[in-house]
Amino acid sequence: MSRRQFALPERAAEGPPDDTGCTVLHVDMDAFYASASLLSRPELVGTPVIIGGGNRGVVLSATYEARRFGVTSAMPMGRARRLCPQATVIRPDHELYSQISKAVMATFASITPLVEPLSLDEAFLDVSGAIRRLGPPAQIAQQIRDAVHDEQGITCSVGVAPTKFVAKLASGLAKPDGLVVVPVDEVVPFVQQLPVGALWGVGDRTEEALLRLGLHTVADIAHTPVETLRRGLGEAMGSQLHELSWARDPRRVEPVHREKSIGADETFPYDVDDPAYIHRELLRLSDRVAARLRSAGMMGRTVSIKVRFADFTTITRSRTLRDPTDVSRDILATARSLYDALGLQRARIRLVGVRVEGLLDAERAPIQGLLDEPDHGWREADRAVDLASRRFGAGSVRPASLIDRKDDQGGPAAGG
Amino acid sequence: MSFLHGGSTCRGSRVPARLASVPPLAAAVKGRYAVKFRVEREVLAEAVTWVARGLPARPPVPVLAGVLIEASDEGTITLSAFDYEVSARITVPADVAEPGTVLVLGRLLADISRNLPAKPVDVATEGAKVQVTCGSSRFSLLQMPSDDYPTLPASPAPSGTIAGDVFTQAVAQVSIAADKGDTLPILTGVRVEIEGEKITLLATDRYRLAMRELTWNPEASDASHIALVPARTLSETARALGAAGSIEVALGDSAGGDGLIGFEAGQRRTTTRLLDGEYPKVQSIFPSSSDSEAVVKTAELVEAVKRVALVAERNTPVRLRFSDGQVAIEAGTGEDAQASEAVESTLAGPEIEIAFNPHFLLDGLGAVGTDFTRLSFTQPSRPAVMSGQAEADGEADTSYRYVLMPVRFAS
Repeated sequence: MSRRQFALPERAAEGPPDDTGCTVLHVDMDAFYASASLLSRPELVGTPVIIGGGNRGVVLSATYEARRFGVTSAMPMGRARRLCPQATVIRPDHELYSQISKAVMATFASITPLVEPLSLDEAFLDVSGAIRRLGPPAQIAQQIRDAVHDEQGITCSVGVAPTKFVAKLASGLAKPDGLVVVPVDEVVPFVQQLPVGALWGVGDRTEEALLRLGLHTVADIAHTPVETLRRGLGEAMGSQLHELSWARDPRRVEPVHREKSIGADETFPYDVDDPAYIHRELLRLSDRVAARLRSAGMMGRTVSIKVRFADFTTITRSRTLRDPTDVSRDILATARSLYDALGLQRARIRLVGVRVEGLLDAERAPIQGLLDEPDHGWREADRAVDLASRRFGAGSVRPASLIDRKDDQGGPAAGG
Repeated sequence: MSFLHGGSTCRGSRVPARLASVPPLAAAVKGRYAVKFRVEREVLAEAVTWVARGLPARPPVPVLAGVLIEASDEGTITLSAFDYEVSARITVPADVAEPGTVLVLGRLLADISRNLPAKPVDVATEGAKVQVTCGSSRFSLLQMPSDDYPTLPASPAPSGTIAGDVFTQAVAQVSIAADKGDTLPILTGVRVEIEGEKITLLATDRYRLAMRELTWNPEASDASHIALVPARTLSETARALGAAGSIEVALGDSAGGDGLIGFEAGQRRTTTRLLDGEYPKVQSIFPSSSDSEAVVKTAELVEAVKRVALVAERNTPVRLRFSDGQVAIEAGTGEDAQASEAVESTLAGPEIEIAFNPHFLLDGLGAVGTDFTRLSFTQPSRPAVMSGQAEADGEADTSYRYVLMPVRFAS
């Protein structure tokens, strides 16, 4: 569900769009969670339905009928109910969504190996290698729409364009249940007709800044000197928007979305100056980061910590290890030694964070063994904790210093 | 028999003691001494280089940046340097006109003497300065206060002697495996174990372990010592003294307690403070048996591994597959550059594929020092053992063994 909706610009050219060179497809399920939930409630099709009300209390998705009342995703449920009191509210069924998502992704994979999933319900496809076998990109896009509809009973919209950025814009404009092709030589006018808010990376604050500069459409940005943009919006953002305003987007479809780093941080309810408390927090964070590394099948070599003081000044320190690791204990030892090296004396700390960078696939991570290593080391201990957590819930096995006394009365870990 | 002057023990003593061996000269102003001698440039340069080699770049106290020169009536000068950890001393012939003692900046004197023309060098004090004259070159150096210079450990009586070339090779073979980092200080040392005529040198950084057994000529047939010598100092000492036919080694009581080890060859003497602590028990690391044994030409495997390792990115291994008649060496992965090469090899036992850090592997191959290398394996995840042998079908010379832990993949 896109944050903003824009009208499809008028095409200047006559005749059917030429899809030559438009090898990037952006496929987006229409109101995915809502459509999926309605598969078992066909009587609600065509009526306003809101999916949500789970733990977080926000809207996960809504049918187009409900959206017409102003309901959008991530909106608090209370507000959505007030906007559209007649809507049926359905609790999300995450198992169903992931099952449909898997099937849809399998359909994509049968078209091309170059599939970059963005979330459960959308993906980029690079179909340049499939044209010979399956026909021109627009035809492939239609095949995908048909296959998804026939096999899953839900609709999707597809944007066909030469770049990811334009393909994503196009699919948004195609919704619902549509297909938009942006030919190579229409890309620039297509992009430049749009309001600045349509550009990738422009959120509310950037949009405000742009409007203050008197820039309303993408064409305005395109014809503003890049220096001015950099001054007004910062180096990176200025250059990036200028590139995008001329529809230049060098990003390729990356089949595997690579995490660059995995981290966790904790803002304390009140500022802390007790090193023992910080050490315990580093233990909790290191444990969490290591568990996430392991579940992602990644290892990393660089451990960094972040410390934010009461006055909001923030420092980070990092150290690169000899070998990549996903072992809680290694990450903790490095994090603690980085923290201790700061030599803080009664500094009031607001937040600490632990992060592991320089990630690589665990399967490909070479480990230089130690001559005196035991057959079952800390890695194996971590694996055992992971298994226990999977079976009995997160935190069922954890360091003793992290056991909250309140839990002793009858939590899942008690009695063992 | 004390290795040290007076009662001051070197270990733990950070307080500079007054130089006891210098007789106070009546004419001398406190801290300034008169001295005058002539020495050959080659002799001076070599002597200063030897003592100044271990001088600290940032000395704990300023006088320790100095080299102490003692000119004697007997027609010799003795140069000394000391940083509380390592002491070095050398006595060389010189024409001494005025015996005495002077302290000057060591690195500066080393640089100067190396660059002087090949002519006799005159050194003479002149007030607070030391004049160094050679041909038409003239240097005027500041005298440092030699009163503040600490007492050097005394010349020890040797515990035994060892052949210079054997000692140099053995130290080089073992010190490569010592830890260069600072996480476990004890592992930066070479463990020297003496049992009668046998010396065992051993070092490990937990990734590999090198061990060399050699014989020496102890003064007492029941000599028994264990000493942990900093690897860097030991290999520097061995390189500097190796040219001598025989090196005297002083340990234990001869060295004035357990805190020091002393080496002496020709006119060069050095002492080194030992590392303190319990060395880990490593005997169990040696595999008790082997399943596969391969013999390769050392130089061929070294060349091939060096080439293939060019594509091995940091921390990625070279993979070795030993089969009948050859070992195939590979590095790199499908996503990056790859390389492969094969080298002739014999194999007894089942085929094996095993991966190593290329630097560690090359260290070991470079250390065996023989035309052929025997590699023994049990499993791809267990340590391999390398040792040298002179002939392709001969016996392995197990006086040197290099144990290397392989690289494995995490999952």
